[in-house]
Amino acid sequence: MNPTNYLYLSAILFSIGAVGVVVRRNAIVVFMCIELMLNAANLAFVTFAKMNGNLEGQVIAFFTMVVAACEVVVGLAIIVTIFRSRRSASVDDASLLSR
Amino acid sequence: MTFTAPALEYGALAPMLVIFGAAVIAVIVEAFVSAKLRAPVQLSIALGAIVLSFAQVWRLRGTSTATAAVNSVVVDGPVLFMQGTILILAFFAFLLIADMDAFAAQASAIPGSVEERKALQVGKIQTEVYPLTLFAVGGMMLFPAANDLITLFVALEVLSLPLYLMAGLSRRRRLLSQEAALKYFLLGAYSSAFFLFGAAFLYGYAGDVSLSGIHAAIASGPGNDAFLLIGMISLSVGLLFKVGAAPFHAWTPDVYQGAPTPVTAFMAAATKVAAFGAALRIFYVALSGAQWSWKPVITAVAILTMIVGSVIAIAQRDVKRMLAYSSIAHAGFLLTGVLALNQEGLKASLFYLASYGFTTLGAFALVTLVRDSSGEVTDLNRWVGLAKRSPSVALIFSIFLLSFAGIPLTAGFIGKFTIFTAAYDSGNIGVVVAGVLSSAIAAFFYIRVIVMMFFTDPEEDTVTVTIPSLYTNLTIWIAAIVTIALGVFPTPILDAIASLATFVR
Repeated sequence: MNPTNYLYLSAILFSIGAVGVVVRRNAIVVFMCIELMLNAANLAFVTFAKMNGNLEGQVIAFFTMVVAACEVVVGLAIIVTIFRSRRSASVDDASLLSR
Repeated sequence: MTFTAPALEYGALAPMLVIFGAAVIAVIVEAFVSAKLRAPVQLSIALGAIVLSFAQVWRLRGTSTATAAVNSVVVDGPVLFMQGTILILAFFAFLLIADMDAFAAQASAIPGSVEERKALQVGKIQTEVYPLTLFAVGGMMLFPAANDLITLFVALEVLSLPLYLMAGLSRRRRLLSQEAALKYFLLGAYSSAFFLFGAAFLYGYAGDVSLSGIHAAIASGPGNDAFLLIGMISLSVGLLFKVGAAPFHAWTPDVYQGAPTPVTAFMAAATKVAAFGAALRIFYVALSGAQWSWKPVITAVAILTMIVGSVIAIAQRDVKRMLAYSSIAHAGFLLTGVLALNQEGLKASLFYLASYGFTTLGAFALVTLVRDSSGEVTDLNRWVGLAKRSPSVALIFSIFLLSFAGIPLTAGFIGKFTIFTAAYDSGNIGVVVAGVLSSAIAAFFYIRVIVMMFFTDPEEDTVTVTIPSLYTNLTIWIAAIVTIALGVFPTPILDAIASLATFVR
């Protein structure tokens, strides 16, 4: 199959994630959308590795997975803390600053 | 099949290895050393590591290699200068952090809960901020030294992830602090996803992850231009977010205001050096061949950033928010150095980053001193007449503000002068005009604060200026001396920068 199709898929996934971050309210869902964007980038890396005929893109995909896992740890720590003190994970409620 | 072990140039990587090693040791200390000893042990590990790492940077001066760690790390003049700057800034940031009363007794306790009260009563101190800061410092040193897209992305995350957590550790106004952490994290992760997506497309364009490989691919030009454009745009979004340029600046004021002030001082000063270091290398080394595509966009971003930063700062009623908008304006001025795309621009950027870093560190250190019974007072209305209560604090804060404004005899003036000269000489006249105009707007609100402190009578007598601890005192004095010294005698440091400001490819 033509590898370009995977790039289209990657772009679509990335756009879904990017739009999701902007329109969703729950911090967890926003965070899931960010993970979707990272994985879309991963798909693009692997596709380009196939197209360019070298392995660097596949190596980066592994690095990205590790980094994404670290980001989950940090992100959930922050979101859980804010949920425990406010009983809400909505990003609209977090508006004490900027007043 | 045989494997050849990659050769790592430990000598060239030593500055970063020392910091990362110390960070790992600091995590172990956190688990095994008794609570009473932890804070002094952590501080000595951190300061010791920084001194040792700085010695390594000094030892490496004059080296330039682009092949460390299998071509993924560059060690050259600009990198060593930025690493040295970051280390010195981090040293003083650690001194500010050492006055632990800015940090939550127990960050995991719910604000206002019994658990938190108990932790406060027994005088509990958590010292996780030390290893977190060390990891961030390591990431910041790696970011400008990265020579390929993998290392860039990993360094970006290593410097960002600890900062997200540190923003949420404030002892007072904890809801604000947690909110700052949430905003910083969500927007930061969003922008790093863009950065990664851009990196994927640049890799797709060039078939190579190294910056010099991308440069070569642009120069020979057989690749798909759509990939190059998507890659450049997305990568720039990620970078411009980190440096706090408009229209990606929205996080800056909230995070600067909500984070504990020592952390704000650290990230305002050091992150800027690291992020601009990486931006300069990417645009100068990898993308200079495609400058006709990105220059108009970055010019527009630079002008917008200066204007947004300077104009919105006028309306701020909070010292930390005002300094945040001022940092946005300075990001705009620094982008003119990126646009210059010549050696003059690089030199000017290096000088500007160093002088701006010290001034910012000092300004935020001073903010920690002005307090009332509930903690720091950042409301500008209550700073009115501060000179009557503490002339020295008001005077030193004025020096920092004058440097931000770019008044002669301060470091800020030399920085602005050199960076605008470089941009003008390279033909970016529009951005220089915008820069000078927005400097004039910015000078208005800096001077308004000075007038407020000196020439207006205080209305209510509630703000006190605490006697600074030895550490904070030292930080403020050094920052003030550097700010004046770089303004009055800039020649030695400018000469030193001139001899080392060449990117090795």
